[in-house]
Amino acid sequence: MSQMSQMSGAAMAQDKVGATAAVREIPHAVSPGLWALGWKRLKSDYVGMVSLAIVAAFFVLMFLSGTGLIAKDWAKEVGVNYAAPSFIGADVEAGTPAAPAEAPAATPPAAEYQSAIVDPLANVMDEIKGGKPAAGAAPPADVAKGDTGTSVDPLADVMADIKAGAKDVAPVPAELRAATLPLGGDKWGRDVLAKTIKGSETSIFVGLASALVAVFIGTLFGALSGYYGKWVDDFFNWFYSVFSSIPYLLLILAVAAVLNKRGMVTIILILGLTGWTGVFRLIRGEYMKHKAREYVQAADAIGASNARRMFVHIFPNVSHVVLVQLSILAVGFIKAEVILSFLGFGVPVDVVSWGSMLNEAQNELILGKWWQLAAAGTAMAVLVTAFSLFTDAMRDALDPKLKGKAGA
Amino acid sequence: MGAYIIRRLWQMIPTMLGVILLVFVLFNWVGGDPAYVLAGKISNQEQIDNIRRQLGVDQPWFVQLWIFIKQVVTGDFGASWSTNEKVSHILATRLGPSLTVVLPLTILDALISIALALAVAYVRGSLTDRLVMIVCTVGLSISILVYIIVFQYVFAYKLGWFPVQGWGNSFGENLFVYSSLPILILLTVSIAPSLRLYRTFVLDEINQDYVRTGRAKGLSENRIMWLHVLRNASIPIITNLMASLPGLLLGAFLIERFFSIPGIGREVILAVERSDFPVIKALTVYVAFATMASNLLADLMYKWVDPRVQLK
Repeated sequence: MSQMSQMSGAAMAQDKVGATAAVREIPHAVSPGLWALGWKRLKSDYVGMVSLAIVAAFFVLMFLSGTGLIAKDWAKEVGVNYAAPSFIGADVEAGTPAAPAEAPAATPPAAEYQSAIVDPLANVMDEIKGGKPAAGAAPPADVAKGDTGTSVDPLADVMADIKAGAKDVAPVPAELRAATLPLGGDKWGRDVLAKTIKGSETSIFVGLASALVAVFIGTLFGALSGYYGKWVDDFFNWFYSVFSSIPYLLLILAVAAVLNKRGMVTIILILGLTGWTGVFRLIRGEYMKHKAREYVQAADAIGASNARRMFVHIFPNVSHVVLVQLSILAVGFIKAEVILSFLGFGVPVDVVSWGSMLNEAQNELILGKWWQLAAAGTAMAVLVTAFSLFTDAMRDALDPKLKGKAGA
Repeated sequence: MGAYIIRRLWQMIPTMLGVILLVFVLFNWVGGDPAYVLAGKISNQEQIDNIRRQLGVDQPWFVQLWIFIKQVVTGDFGASWSTNEKVSHILATRLGPSLTVVLPLTILDALISIALALAVAYVRGSLTDRLVMIVCTVGLSISILVYIIVFQYVFAYKLGWFPVQGWGNSFGENLFVYSSLPILILLTVSIAPSLRLYRTFVLDEINQDYVRTGRAKGLSENRIMWLHVLRNASIPIITNLMASLPGLLLGAFLIERFFSIPGIGREVILAVERSDFPVIKALTVYVAFATMASNLLADLMYKWVDPRVQLK
């Protein structure tokens, strides 16, 4: 403080010499801002920096797979069914007997229609044959032919959908299928590594987008409530107590039941519209604290409007709280998305997510195929650990007073 | 005290009405016409009109809202859309199995994590403390789904120590045979966050003056930790415990689904899968009311544990 008054004294003294000199003088003495200080503190935090690097690596993966540079062909059946991870070696009994039987079925002249129908059935056949390699070769092939023969197909719509979906997933001939894949293959012989990368894109994107929605709503409501007080505050508090009295999971499921549509936008809306309550309470408190400060009174004195005071003057001073909340929510929503997708209320069938991978892995585990479970589970655990450690480090760096306290 | 409780109950009314309004708006407008949901895909206009009349959705909105409020007050939500079972009967019969899992879980979780929190906070900063905290952070990051899938596979399917899934008729069998693995899994998941939280509560107390005074007058370390520190730290712990109770009832929903336990959580998932609106509506409203009640209870307990607290 005394430094400041000295400075302004010096500035005034220089005023006589020339205004430009004073203006040039001051920036050197200005103390570093909140963000620069926070970054400096974060850089000295070893754990924080390592977790930041891991989170950044996941984000790079997300952008690369989002732009189609890697893992574009995750849906391609590049390996034999349940291809074993390379570091274990090919599992002869599970994969190979199924493959030769499927090859002739995929080539007949009625090519497009035929292959589209045979393909989904082949999986079922493979499963049957996987258990009994000798007995089940002939009958399933007949069933497949019988299906193509019938002219009135009650499932025509469904098949058309499957066909459309199958177009870019052309069946790979058995000879070209790899016996092992880096992290193994799933029931259809798809590469688990590619699926895991694609799944992290989905999960991180959904987590971040819904956290943005929730933080936006929470900040807006909190700002209005804390700034205006009185009946506005009463109204938003009522709204808050209504939302927070319904347990979070139940609220999510109820909204999911009502919307009854599967899609990325739906799940982002569900998570975002239900998850704003924590942010609201914090931001409301911050605004109540800040609105009485001198700089807001000064803004009032120079004629700044309410909206300007709220979002141009106060908001930058609470933005670090918002950022920490965004990070906390993103972690929570990544976890929630996995559970929702696992239950089948999340992303659509043609999008891979860690949740849908875990759902498939549940049945694979009983057959002893543990790699998809391990891949999806580990990827998620690493991201969530790094993300939450980074969040802690960021909070400590931006708000050192809170250090050591477990936050919300 | 009595006046306080009455005032709190009085203040709950707007929130209750808000919950009713929210559920009403959600299920009667956001989701589209409920009659179409109930009638399904294959239906003609006549059927839909019929259903609309039965549900009362052909009435103006305030009449519909009044019907809904009457349903909430009387507890008569009619029959489930998919099984035709009375909704009130569904709620009554599903509560028992959920509580069989959740109550022992809550008690065990509280006992274990409070004891661990006291121990870890006592040796704060040591290698043990840091190791436990790292294990907690990593354990917290693994999806509950992975725990359930792996534990069920290893302990029930491979080793055969527990039944893979199922539910019996006698309480003892349910508690000791069918609930043990679910409770074990949920404990694994819930101890890490509780321990982390309770440790900070204990740490807040352990540096207080009364601890030093206790040591100065020669109290044993056990007495200081278990009597003085625990009593003070239990104020935030109890609040936290009470606040998490209604969520726990549903938090076990994944477990109930995996282990085929006929509880509330599994009922919610089934109802969402079947678009069974009456069941979801009833559950949402009543669980919200239960949450408010347990919040009030938490405040009363607060006063009981800490006589300094003034209830206003």
